[in-house]
Amino acid sequence: MWRRIYSLIIKELLAILRDPKGRMTLIIPPVLQLVIFAFAMTMEVKNADIAIVNLDNGYWGSEIEAQIRAAAPFEDVYRLESVAQIRETIDAQRALAVVHIGQDFSRHIGAGEAADVQIILDGRKSNSAQIVNGYLANIIARVSAQAHGSPVIEPLRVRNWFNPNLEYDWFTVPGLIATITLLTTIIVTALSVARERELGTFDQLLVSPMRPLEIVVGKAAPGMIFGYIHGTFFIFVAAVIFKIPFSGSLPLLYASMFFYLSAVIGIGLFISAISATQQQAILGAFVFASPAVLLSGFMSPVENMPSWMQTLTLINPLRHFLVVAQGVFLKDLPALEVARNTGPLILIAAVTLPTAAWFFRKKTS
Amino acid sequence: MQNDPFIRIENVTKRFASNAPPALDSIDGEIATGRITGLVGPDGAGKTTLIRLLTGLSRPDEGRVLVNGKDATQSHNTLHRMIGYMPQKFGLYEDLTVQENLDIYANLKGLPAAERQTTFAELLEFTDLARFTGRLAGALSGGMKQKLGLACALLKRPRLLLLDEPSVGVDPISRRELWRMVQGLVNESMAVVWSTAYLDEAERCNHVLLLNEGKLLFAGPPAELTRRVEGRVFVAKPSPAERRTVLSRLLGDNLVSDAIILGDAIRILVQDKTSVADGAPPPAVVEVAGVLEPVPPRFEDAFVDALGGGPEGSSPLADAMTSHTDDGRPAVEARGLTKRYGDFTAAGDISFSIKRGEIFGLLGPNGAGKSTTFKMLCGLLTPSEGEGRVAGFDLRTATADARGRLGYMAQKFSLYGELSVAQNLEFFSGVYGLSRNRARQRIETMLEVFDLENYRRISAKTLPLGFKQRLALAAALLHEPDVLFLDEPTSGVDPITRREFWSHINALTAKNVAVLVTTHFMEEAEYCDRISLIYRGRTISEGTPDDLKNAIRSPETEAPTMEDAFIELVRRSDAKEAA
Amino acid sequence: MAGQAALESGRRIITMARKETFQIVRDPSSIVIAFVLPLLLLFLFGFGVSLDANTVRIGVVVEDARPDARSLSQSFQASRYFDVTLAFDRRAVEQELVAGRLRGVVVIPSDFTERLRRKDPSAVQIITDGSQPNTAQFVANYARGVYAVWQNKYLRDTGRAPPASIESQPRFWFNAELTSRYNLVPGSTAVVMTIIGTLLTALVIAREWERGTMEAVLATPVSRIELLLSKIVPYFALGMSSLVLCALAAVLIFGVPFRGSVWALGAVAAAFLLPALGQGLLISAATKNQFVASQLALFTGFLPATLLSGFVFEISSMPAPIRAITTIIPARYFVTSLQTLFLAGDTWSLLFPAIRNMVAVGVLFLALTYFATPKRID
Repeated sequence: MWRRIYSLIIKELLAILRDPKGRMTLIIPPVLQLVIFAFAMTMEVKNADIAIVNLDNGYWGSEIEAQIRAAAPFEDVYRLESVAQIRETIDAQRALAVVHIGQDFSRHIGAGEAADVQIILDGRKSNSAQIVNGYLANIIARVSAQAHGSPVIEPLRVRNWFNPNLEYDWFTVPGLIATITLLTTIIVTALSVARERELGTFDQLLVSPMRPLEIVVGKAAPGMIFGYIHGTFFIFVAAVIFKIPFSGSLPLLYASMFFYLSAVIGIGLFISAISATQQQAILGAFVFASPAVLLSGFMSPVENMPSWMQTLTLINPLRHFLVVAQGVFLKDLPALEVARNTGPLILIAAVTLPTAAWFFRKKTS
Repeated sequence: MQNDPFIRIENVTKRFASNAPPALDSIDGEIATGRITGLVGPDGAGKTTLIRLLTGLSRPDEGRVLVNGKDATQSHNTLHRMIGYMPQKFGLYEDLTVQENLDIYANLKGLPAAERQTTFAELLEFTDLARFTGRLAGALSGGMKQKLGLACALLKRPRLLLLDEPSVGVDPISRRELWRMVQGLVNESMAVVWSTAYLDEAERCNHVLLLNEGKLLFAGPPAELTRRVEGRVFVAKPSPAERRTVLSRLLGDNLVSDAIILGDAIRILVQDKTSVADGAPPPAVVEVAGVLEPVPPRFEDAFVDALGGGPEGSSPLADAMTSHTDDGRPAVEARGLTKRYGDFTAAGDISFSIKRGEIFGLLGPNGAGKSTTFKMLCGLLTPSEGEGRVAGFDLRTATADARGRLGYMAQKFSLYGELSVAQNLEFFSGVYGLSRNRARQRIETMLEVFDLENYRRISAKTLPLGFKQRLALAAALLHEPDVLFLDEPTSGVDPITRREFWSHINALTAKNVAVLVTTHFMEEAEYCDRISLIYRGRTISEGTPDDLKNAIRSPETEAPTMEDAFIELVRRSDAKEAA
Repeated sequence: MAGQAALESGRRIITMARKETFQIVRDPSSIVIAFVLPLLLLFLFGFGVSLDANTVRIGVVVEDARPDARSLSQSFQASRYFDVTLAFDRRAVEQELVAGRLRGVVVIPSDFTERLRRKDPSAVQIITDGSQPNTAQFVANYARGVYAVWQNKYLRDTGRAPPASIESQPRFWFNAELTSRYNLVPGSTAVVMTIIGTLLTALVIAREWERGTMEAVLATPVSRIELLLSKIVPYFALGMSSLVLCALAAVLIFGVPFRGSVWALGAVAAAFLLPALGQGLLISAATKNQFVASQLALFTGFLPATLLSGFVFEISSMPAPIRAITTIIPARYFVTSLQTLFLAGDTWSLLFPAIRNMVAVGVLFLALTYFATPKRID
């Protein structure tokens, strides 16, 4: 039995590695995704353009202007001459926000009265607008404290655990360990049976002494092997190139990854078993992978979803393993928590793998 | 004008890769109006490449193709107004109906609206498709697809009709109809090119260009080639039990150029120099084969002779296989096998049994139920009723090891194209659970027997077709099965390779291996000991090839061919059904 | 004679275009791509992806039992941004933070009341889960806000007027509530139309090559331009109808306002389909193979339209080389135009340059396709 499985595994690996197209699917998509995700995926605000309408001739108006110009997230800060220009500036997205300082601004402050600064933000970019508003409000609060000579309302001390400077890479790159292994594994396994069906070799395999379960093991191995290789590669990239501190237990991460990959492989083989052509298998993988990534907590937090959808995400292996990958990396996630998030993965694998095996036997045309 | 041919092919060479031999190597030829020009050769001979050059869709690396005096690649706009082209894969839109396909091609070719109704009516009548105008092209049978493809190609009366393998995947009855239709079309204003791998079709063409591995072997009327072997073809009738041994001895004889089994008889082509002037066969051959009766030559005899004769008779495979013991029980048994899909019966009540050392053929057109029967026996499909046993096991329920008694060679020699020859063999030896030592030893033997040693490290997909076939057979025989299943084992290969293949199979029967063959190919059926003729899911006749032929012998058809038998038996079955 | 030729040419284009339409409607995998996948994505983006941190689960540790501390913790509980778990021991909540079940912790220490009187700025400690930087930002900002409001009230209640200060008064135009769905749903329309324009087009034409119908068509008097036009017309129509579908879903199901004009929407979408279809045609002409075509369409069409178009991630925050790449991604201009049309209105000063850029990229792709479309099969 082992001899048969071993032969099948060797054959599967050779079939992928000897084919230039197969080698491409293993190398190009992960690298492309690494570049796009790691560099483009960010919720931070950098290089934002800001406009200022400063109708005040006094000191405090120009102080606010000066501090905004000095702030790091803003690239171009330019002046508007009149309030009338605000609409066009926002409408045409020449600036994300316009800071409007009224005529008697410094005079009010001099008189010890309350003064206000209007900030007009582009709501079409709700997330960035909100973050920019936070920065501007901080600057204004600081100026306010200077103006009134009071130490009060110094913003509360905030400590960010696990990622003191809230660097976005620290979130995305460990997350890639989970998402990219998902995409690699799903493609490799989804194509494996469909390819043989198209070539006509699958019948040959079924009439041989191989049992369906042996076929499943043999077909699962390449996905497992490449999943581990890619996973390891991204752990390495995260720790060495992005210099993200690895705080947890590597064996624990690898152990959990085994069940994660099994769950994904189960789904991949299931897609493969019901697809007649490679074309359908790719589409099937795509139809599975896009919701899996979107509803995993990687694009936006699971807790923001409606509750019925949160329940739905329980069958998404990526959702569970994302917690493990990010947690072990940054938070030194304890074994109990790893186990708690691995449990559902075991369950998913226990359902999908046997189902795939059953379909192998069932679906021969 | 009479002397100027419609198409002149001048010294045309076409290469696809610089390191491979050319797909077409310095071809010269002529295609004239008013006749059917056959483009004849096995798969990979260069037929499709040549047709594409004629359409101007592809340009030659050297030489040129002149259509009506103009270079095909320079004038393809005018050219495309005068050709009707039916590519190998029909060129039909399978998601569209028959009428929609006709409409598309009518519009693309600019058929004037006024002529449309009459032209459609004519073509639908001609192709007998009028009843099916609303049906999706993908749901038509192979024969009907070809007729529709032909109808589309014929819109706007082309001056040049190019048909690329129109008879592939078509049952003999439709094949004859198609041929009659095309023959009826030929007149002084139309040239027809018909490409085919079937040599019996070549015989019926007015003119042939015979290609093999990119080279032109012969150009001219087929009878001219056939005449070269006149007086050298004989038929012998040794006792049925001995005919395979006799065949092998004949092929080993220097005096014999070629010999094949035709049912109970052996057809022999003797070497040129040995042919005695008065047409009597050489005595040495008579000694081996018994009484020899002279028969008229066929195109295939001449083709094999042109290629340098048939293969050596003895298969080295015989020494590489151990003999199975014959326990007298049937090796394969089908009892009332039935498969239904809804109210459609794909296979109904099919029964037969195969003895050890016997070659049994399931013969029938595509879609008749051969593959369904075959798959039920392998355990790939669950029968709705009935039971199939292979080597005493019901493979659907038997243990995995029981499946190790079966060798299986899938259609089109499905192998792992990315893997090398040796890796393919290693894989199958592992799957069949051969121990490492034994696997190594068997792989070496197979590489030697099938002459694959030089290809050991070559990816299977780059092998020539004949070698692919050998590798597929080698992979199916590594574990020395009791029973061998072959699905269309020699379709598309050249006649020499086909002869070699059957000499291997003959060697296996001597070792008590039972062989089940499915085929729609009449020539393959001739090699079988017994045939079951399957039509519309039922067995309509069973017996030796000669039984089947004798069943339809009549004063009009004194020497019926397998194809005649097939057509007549199907006709009778239809008549009975109608009654 | 010229009129006759034009007529014939027109008829050929219409014929091929009609055929294409039949094929889409009858092929199940085309239907999946044209109708099922778009709806699926629209719903995923509409319901599944949300950047509004409306209720973040945090822990509030109250170590001080005196009234001021209790009042502050009640302020946190009353905030609509937080779903508060109360605790009296830090360690318990900290574990929850590690496990990811809480995204932040507010610690009101045992000497809170003293610190408050001393005006100690670190009277309260806020700990966030930095492994989710975006959520951490929101937690910090909202917690500060809750504290500031509470502090002002405290000062007033204790008879001390809150010090005069500079108030910042933010106004979020177009989307006052900052509902992220209002940006995401129009943005995902761009992804949907990329799938139809690029993925479906690439696949269907690659399939024609694989099935051999392209060969039969090339042997008829069809010209290259006619062939391209006949492919563009039906997919253009399909793309436009999916736009209608998406727009209706956005307004009726997701409640996104539509403030622009239908004509402007049509113009922008038409300008976008040009490069999207061009890309699909280019891919299929270059590969002639469904497998490779689908991979290429996903990686050069779908992925950039999702991640590099600015509808989830801010383009200006990306590194310069990637920003440079986004200038040739048509979806980028389309996303901005859609968000503007839905939320702001017909702002032509933004729409015109976007249309110009999309048309430019489209012409580039179509020109490349023209040269890549073979008249021969070598």
